[in-house]
Amino acid sequence: MSASVAARRYHWWRKNHGILYILPWLVGFLILQLFPFVASLAISFTKWDFGSAPSYIGLDNYRQLAADPVVLQSVVNTIYYTVLSVPGGLVLAFLLAVLLNQEVRGIAIYRTAFYLPSVTAGVATSVIWIWLLQPDGLVNKGLGLFGVHGPSWLASTTWSLPALVIVSLWSVGGPMILFLAGLQGIPQSLFDAVSIDGGGNLSKFFHVTIPLMTPYVFLTSVLGIIGSFQVFTSALVMTQGGPAGSTTFIVLLMYWEGWQWWRMGYASALAWALLVVILIFTALQFRLARSWVYYEYDRSETGGG
Amino acid sequence: MAETFAKPAVAAQAHGIRVAGQVPRRLLAYLLLISGSVVFVIPLLWMLRTSLLSPDLIFADPPVWIPVPAQWQNYAQMWAAGPFLDWVQNSVIVTAIGVVALTASSTLAAYGFARTKFVGRDKLFILVLATMMIPFQVRLVPEYMLFNWFGWVNTLYPLIIPSLFGSAFYIFILRQFFLTLPRELDEAAAIDGASTWVTLWQIIVPLAQPAIATVAAFAFIDQWNDFLRPTIYLYTPESLTLAVGIRWFVGNYANQYHLMMAASMVALLPMIIVFFIAQKQFMQGIALTGIKG
Repeated sequence: MSASVAARRYHWWRKNHGILYILPWLVGFLILQLFPFVASLAISFTKWDFGSAPSYIGLDNYRQLAADPVVLQSVVNTIYYTVLSVPGGLVLAFLLAVLLNQEVRGIAIYRTAFYLPSVTAGVATSVIWIWLLQPDGLVNKGLGLFGVHGPSWLASTTWSLPALVIVSLWSVGGPMILFLAGLQGIPQSLFDAVSIDGGGNLSKFFHVTIPLMTPYVFLTSVLGIIGSFQVFTSALVMTQGGPAGSTTFIVLLMYWEGWQWWRMGYASALAWALLVVILIFTALQFRLARSWVYYEYDRSETGGG
Repeated sequence: MAETFAKPAVAAQAHGIRVAGQVPRRLLAYLLLISGSVVFVIPLLWMLRTSLLSPDLIFADPPVWIPVPAQWQNYAQMWAAGPFLDWVQNSVIVTAIGVVALTASSTLAAYGFARTKFVGRDKLFILVLATMMIPFQVRLVPEYMLFNWFGWVNTLYPLIIPSLFGSAFYIFILRQFFLTLPRELDEAAAIDGASTWVTLWQIIVPLAQPAIATVAAFAFIDQWNDFLRPTIYLYTPESLTLAVGIRWFVGNYANQYHLMMAASMVALLPMIIVFFIAQKQFMQGIALTGIKG
């Protein structure tokens, strides 16, 4: 009897032992993902200054959040930043990828030049741009060559946020390489078919390149929006959220609430607000995707992918 | 009838335009590529130039482009102005352990998801994907409480320990790559009596080297640049990593641009070196993720 139980157990383990490989991830998921995720929702219903015990206050944090003009400003700023940087980044990345896909000499050099800034993105990059965006800095000197009198970027309530967008556009190399890989995966036979039908370069671009690239554009915009809603480093290092709150973003506000003012309940509520905004935008994108992302063509059939 | 005649004519016309348009088009491509590259590279060169320039020449008009003679003492001055040695040490520890731990644990998980079967495997993988969609800031407050309870605040543990459990994005990249390797390899190994563990190390890992190297390179950049976590967990000057140390430095030496740029150079250099060593990996890696839809 016990022998057969042991045998059954042995058999079960033989079949399912693969779970051991994911054990490190699973433990991490339970302790560092699932538990904090649930706990953060619970904390968001409390008032907790971290020094004393938390006290349950129901939805008060969320009520306060909805009425707080600073929160409203940070949400508006974050959406404004996303609306500028994600489409701008996609268009720039796509154009650069199309350029790099041309048959020209020394392509490795250009590719390196466009990609390198995205690898170095971070604090050091932000520090460089503080210097470049000074009123008499290199950016304005460059604009001066074209007769444009540049603004005092980081000190201006109007231009501080667009300045951070420019910095984000500078590190657009990741999506660019993704698009380049996609462009190179388009089978030549499809372009030839357009030629046979008498189509020129423009119809090749609009009837082959663009439709086949839509899945890449979709993926990049989903991940890009999730990332841009979390904008933090450049705002903290370059502008400290200013001037006059013009670059205060949701995560920056959360950092201040939590780790400057130790209002952990309120910080958690902000984090959940961020999550809700991101989920809304992501769901919206998946909904809209049905009308513009082109999935019918299967690359594997022609060996293109 | 008219249509059948019109078609070749249009084709010939289109062809004619293409031949004639070839030279200007290529010229335009070169023009855009060169001017674009210059715009993208200038910030880095400008930083290098400023870091080696004598302070009284920084605001010179017209600007000095080439710092002759190079003021290497800027770097000595910068190095002496903050606990840079501690910061570099901390960053090296966090990055070195992080890269090894993240790569190893993500490889194990990816292998489990791609090449073995167990109950609930595919449901668990959906959880991996879901965690990629959820901003990690949501977990930050409880994580802080937890690590504070362990006594880990102002130590490097909060930056190192999470890497032992893998990262969803790296697991995803590696799994996608493992799936492209032929099943027959595992089956042949199993017939020869190899366990899944032996198969992983002797067959899958050697074949997946490009993907694993890609993940290691990404992990290097992520760990070296990590900013929000060290900003929250570390507060005494000597305990900082280089990324947050630079911010401390900028706060204390604002407007000393030659020193700020020298400090940025120190932070950027390892990433530039890794980029040139692993360039192929970066380029392939993004393409490897297999996002055909």
